[in-house]
Amino acid sequence: MSKTTTDLLYLVTIVTFILALRFLSSPRRARQGNLLGAAGMALAIAVTLAQDGLGNYGWIALAMAIGAAIGIAGARSVKMTAMPQMVALFNGVGGGAVALIALAEFHNLTPLPGDLAAEESIAILLSALIGSISFSGSLIAFAKLQELLSGRPIVYPGQQFVNGAVLLCALVLGALIVAGAEGDLLVVALIATALVFGVLFVLPIGGADMPVVISLLNAFTGLAASAAGFLLHNNVLIVAGALVGASGTLLTLLMGRAMNRSIGNVLFGAFGAVQAGGGSAAAEDGRSVRATTAQDLAIMLAYARKVVFVPGYGLAVAQAQHTVRALAELLEHKGIDVLYGIHPVAGRMPGHMNVLLAEADVPYDQLKEMDEINLELPQTDVVVILGANDVVNPAARSDTGSPIYGMPIIDVDRAGTVVVVKRSLSPGFAGIDNPLFYDPKTSMLFADAKQALEDVSAALKAL
Amino acid sequence: MDEVLVFELTILVLAIFLGIEVISKVPTMLHTPLMSGTNAIHGIVLVGAILVAGRADADTLTTVVGFCAVVLGTANVVGGFVVTDRMLEMFKGRAPRKSE
Repeated sequence: MSKTTTDLLYLVTIVTFILALRFLSSPRRARQGNLLGAAGMALAIAVTLAQDGLGNYGWIALAMAIGAAIGIAGARSVKMTAMPQMVALFNGVGGGAVALIALAEFHNLTPLPGDLAAEESIAILLSALIGSISFSGSLIAFAKLQELLSGRPIVYPGQQFVNGAVLLCALVLGALIVAGAEGDLLVVALIATALVFGVLFVLPIGGADMPVVISLLNAFTGLAASAAGFLLHNNVLIVAGALVGASGTLLTLLMGRAMNRSIGNVLFGAFGAVQAGGGSAAAEDGRSVRATTAQDLAIMLAYARKVVFVPGYGLAVAQAQHTVRALAELLEHKGIDVLYGIHPVAGRMPGHMNVLLAEADVPYDQLKEMDEINLELPQTDVVVILGANDVVNPAARSDTGSPIYGMPIIDVDRAGTVVVVKRSLSPGFAGIDNPLFYDPKTSMLFADAKQALEDVSAALKAL
Repeated sequence: MDEVLVFELTILVLAIFLGIEVISKVPTMLHTPLMSGTNAIHGIVLVGAILVAGRADADTLTTVVGFCAVVLGTANVVGGFVVTDRMLEMFKGRAPRKSE
């Protein structure tokens, strides 16, 4: 196949990728979009395999078979709650692939001394550097989310200095390559240094901030793919990489805004390392909470006109998505309006909670984003909070001393009655006290979310 | 050579702006599938991996490194698209559910 034909067919792939992202603007057509993107990818792969002068088909076929087996096995078996880890893992392997491409290209281009143009060596440097950071960083993010490593930030004195020194090493190696130094070992050393930096960079970031890291590393892999596109003079790599880079960057910024924290604070602030342990004492300063029972909650719900559920990751941990959907259906049969209010950082990555509820067959038009649900809450009779904590903490609005002050929250305290289903009064992931629990209109139902919802459903049926 | 570089930079910059434009229309609800979908898209590095692994003049090092790159790239592509499809399949509207 000639270069022109190849490039034209690559253009078709580019169009399918753009449409795939375009179709994601509504859940109705999103799936078709993804299939279209997959078809475009298949086309690009077929076109590449049909290129003139390509050899080694046996090895390529074997490698693709192994890769496909790994990909399908992983993608099929992963639980929806473990989705963030899976995304991190697939992201990492993509970054690893780019770093290896850079190594092989350097090896193939350097036997001709002085022939390496500046843009080629810069492209090699960027692919190797960014790809490797993405690879090792993603693996650490995976290990943290999978709880193979502690989710707490791992910090030590002088950490920023060490990280800076390692990154500087990598950049010096890169500068040597650009300056024309040769030898495969140079790229190997660059990749090794970048891998170490990826590990060191992610270790001090807490488990709760992993989604931001994954999204950032996703952008990294995209940019690395673009750099590889410059290296191989391949437009489809450049465009696809740029699309991913833009998407990852945008999501990273959105998440930072949803938590009211700068990206610098997320990456270098070691959030969650310091406040641990301070939370329990705050609950004992004379304020009282009102406890309620499943029976009472059932009666409250039965006489409401509009009910809003605010789920958090705790709901998914308790595997209670299906139970809450069953309860919601019971309420709807009684003619009660049911909505779900979902904070942008509920769950462990943006939009994760929506996926978990969709898995339980909750129709997506009942899932409301924070701004929408905040308009509904003043007319809502009962809000039930399931495993969420910081995202409904009114201290974010009023207490300038709170670590989450300024974070946009779901204003549950504007509804008629608030019921918090929670195992105990312990503070949430970030260890921050929640004044909502002591609000006179709040009742606490101390129980496991799943058990509590089952009891409420049973009581409701018996009414 | 310079002309090619300028052309490629032009494409890169336009693609970034297009990316920002398209992505900003994706609702929060679909951000997880968006992440895994874009994840699958950067699996396009598989194309680069195949080009490297399939070089006619490949020596042992190129073949071994290329082989590993193809394995990783394929896992990225296949895994990314399959897992995104699994998620998007679950998003259902209210209307079809009532007809059950």
